[in-house]
Amino acid sequence: MINFMALLSGLIFGLGIILSGMVNPEIVLAFLDITGNWDSSLIWVMASAVAVGLIAFALAKKRKQSYLGSSMNIPVATKIDQRLFLGSLVFGIGWGMAGICPGPALVLVGTGSHEAFIFLIAMLLGMGVYETMQARG
Amino acid sequence: MGISVNIYLDSIPWHAVAGGLVIGIAVTLLLLFNGRIAGISGIIGGLYRMQRGDISWRMAFISGLVLSAVIWKLFFILPEIHIEASYTVLALAGLLVGYGTRLGSGCTSGHGVCGLSRLSPRSIAATLVFMFAGFATVYWVRHVLIAQSG
Repeated sequence: MINFMALLSGLIFGLGIILSGMVNPEIVLAFLDITGNWDSSLIWVMASAVAVGLIAFALAKKRKQSYLGSSMNIPVATKIDQRLFLGSLVFGIGWGMAGICPGPALVLVGTGSHEAFIFLIAMLLGMGVYETMQARG
Repeated sequence: MGISVNIYLDSIPWHAVAGGLVIGIAVTLLLLFNGRIAGISGIIGGLYRMQRGDISWRMAFISGLVLSAVIWKLFFILPEIHIEASYTVLALAGLLVGYGTRLGSGCTSGHGVCGLSRLSPRSIAATLVFMFAGFATVYWVRHVLIAQSG
């Protein structure tokens, strides 16, 4: 049941990405191009997703277990440190180069896009580099 | 009065609002039923830890995302998709996105949607940083680099 809900959530998440237009990197880049022909779409997507999310997390906060009986894995870190800053900076630069972030990358691969496939392989490599460096301390 | 309200409503990209609501529903399902944050980079990144019992739900979620395009195509036509970047740029961008999201513990979904939804100061900071890094990168590529080379 846990796996089924994860599949369903991923599926709905992807349909939302397609419906919102964010599956198209051109629209994401148009949002990031603040001095060009700016497209506000991305901010509307985030705002409406957060509007629903606020309710979800308010409900989740009161619970010790999920509806399916698993533990609630909600992040506890509070420190705004160098890792957070540097990581987000590096991510933002990559995002600005291609207009693709991890969610849309997976949806795009599902459309059969060769470009997205190359991006995904590189992204998995980048994550592997991080894990290897972590393991070496 | 009526006309000005209509102009205002016309300027809202409703498909973006609708898509955001659907994403919010997906976040809600994973959170309330599975007790998990729908942060895509974290869900993929967790696979590298190879912890027993922690693999299948991640693969199921990832499969759902990939399958969404296939399911969409059964009922509707996919929106226009245009990827401008060259293979070299895509590969470099992918590396940075993969490394950066893991170092920074999140991406547009984990920090941007889920983090803001739980009003996490860390996620608000992260979102501001990757947004401004994105603005600066696109500005540099489109308005400095191209202006110089042209």
